[in-house]
Amino acid sequence: MLVYVLRRLLQSVFVLLGVSVIVFGLLHLTGDPTRLLLPLEAREEDVRQLRALLGLDDPLWIQYLRFLSRAVRGDFGLSFKHQVPAFTLIAQTLPATLELTAAGLGLALLVAVPAGILAALRRNSILDAVCSVGVLIGQAMPVYWLGLLLIMVFAVGLGWFPAAGRDGVSSLVLPATALGAFSMARIARMARSGMLEVLAQDYVRTARAAGVRAFVVTYKYALKNAAIPLVTIVGLEFGILLGGAVITETIFAWPGVGRLAVDAIFSRDYPLVQAIVAMLATLFVLINLAMDLLYTYLDPRIVFVRSAR
Amino acid sequence: MSEAVSAAAVTAVEPRARLARRLNFRAVFGITVLVIMGGAAMLAPQIAPWDPARQMLMKRLRPPAWEARGLREHPLGTDHLGRDILSRILYGGRISLGVGLSAVTLSALIGVTLGLLAGFYGGRTDAALMRVADVFLAIPYILLAMGVVFALGPSLLNVILVMAVTRWVQFARIVRADVLSIREREFVSGARARGNRSLRLLLRHVLPNALTPIIVVATLELAFMIIYESALSFLGLGVQPPTPTWGWMLADGRNYVASAWWLATFPGLAIMLTVLAVNLLGDWLRDTLDPRLKV
Repeated sequence: MLVYVLRRLLQSVFVLLGVSVIVFGLLHLTGDPTRLLLPLEAREEDVRQLRALLGLDDPLWIQYLRFLSRAVRGDFGLSFKHQVPAFTLIAQTLPATLELTAAGLGLALLVAVPAGILAALRRNSILDAVCSVGVLIGQAMPVYWLGLLLIMVFAVGLGWFPAAGRDGVSSLVLPATALGAFSMARIARMARSGMLEVLAQDYVRTARAAGVRAFVVTYKYALKNAAIPLVTIVGLEFGILLGGAVITETIFAWPGVGRLAVDAIFSRDYPLVQAIVAMLATLFVLINLAMDLLYTYLDPRIVFVRSAR
Repeated sequence: MSEAVSAAAVTAVEPRARLARRLNFRAVFGITVLVIMGGAAMLAPQIAPWDPARQMLMKRLRPPAWEARGLREHPLGTDHLGRDILSRILYGGRISLGVGLSAVTLSALIGVTLGLLAGFYGGRTDAALMRVADVFLAIPYILLAMGVVFALGPSLLNVILVMAVTRWVQFARIVRADVLSIREREFVSGARARGNRSLRLLLRHVLPNALTPIIVVATLELAFMIIYESALSFLGLGVQPPTPTWGWMLADGRNYVASAWWLATFPGLAIMLTVLAVNLLGDWLRDTLDPRLKV
């Protein structure tokens, strides 16, 4: 168990190192970073001076090590556009993004888990068919289109919710729905197939044969075991939703990290882009690590399977 | 579970017969929609009623033909510059499907190659490649893609490259898992004993046996790529105007959600129908070819 945990930790460190290489490369992809900072008509002398000042004349690997040693301390430099540390800007906008992501995921779980389980219990019923169609449509609907439709119907047409901005719970409804819809479809599908799988297990049949009431079999035995794979899915979905928030926040003018990132890309604010990509990737890695460890606690068999690999 | 049991029983039947026998509603619907969409996109220059870039400012923001102000010559209405929506959707399909197919092909090439190597050689090669895969999984792909496309310039080629490079992991992981078990099978050691070299062994004996998951993942990834391409377009980093793309049309429509619903509705519907059809086809392929496949 301990070996597994340690190995998993070490893997996460490697992954984060890899992320740092890509994030570092992102800035150098643009060619000469000084060109981003100075006006086009800047004198050759100024360019040279700035290059020396930023340490851009050093070998690439020294630049990388310098970047890495700052990055682990959360220092990605000043945002070109805002002239404040990139980290401060992220700290200001992250709560809004986490709120939106948590709401989207919460909504998805709230609808998808009961729907998936009911669909499995009443297999081939009308309810099951409705769920299947919902899943298909949910998985085919791009978030940017769903967002626009929601705005058209519920903000412009019916006037129930605001179309943009972050102002209380009512402003959270539409973006959370748009963001959560895809996850909702995927989770419902997994919950259904997971439940069907568990219901076919021997111990469920044995419990039924032994005269345990259907209610107890379903909710005590089957549900508990069907929930285990869902735990990992939830972690993965949270990471995916953090990335998906980029588009949702743009559509609904939600003042989060995603919108900050899009702004940063269009204003060539590379330190800020680097900081955001690194931060989101780190969050993703940490959440998945936590979920994996939780998973081994819920289902100890998994350690043996994975250690054997 | 009866589905899985019957499917397992069918496994014994010859593959082509199996495909034909299980041709159900999902498959027929998916294939039909795709044929129509693909055909319409390919024949766009012949069947589109208007030039998709032609602006007719006298006929700006006309609703679809069935509405009061609609015009018969513009069945799905016109946009804010008086361009015909139907023609733009037909031409946009060329980009969506073309870019989607190219990106899937390229990402399959990268992913399958790396997955084959990781699964076949195992050990350190495997561990290193899988960590690289984890890195690509961890980075929010849409931000990475935006950053790279913005830095390199949003050409058709760059968009396809970036989409492929951010999605190859899907192929690599499934191929690796499959190869891990295939390489232990007897026909592989048999082929090796006959003196086949590694490359030949990989391409002639291992790869053909890993084709099923590759086909299924490719189909599902095509659906994903179509959404991905439109997302980049929607954010302003896809293929540049005047080439109409579905994502661009949605972005245009965004400014008219309050006054002209048809601008954002029809291109979105085109995306959804196409993605739905591809997904149905992918699901059906998976259930038919290998119901145990978890993708």
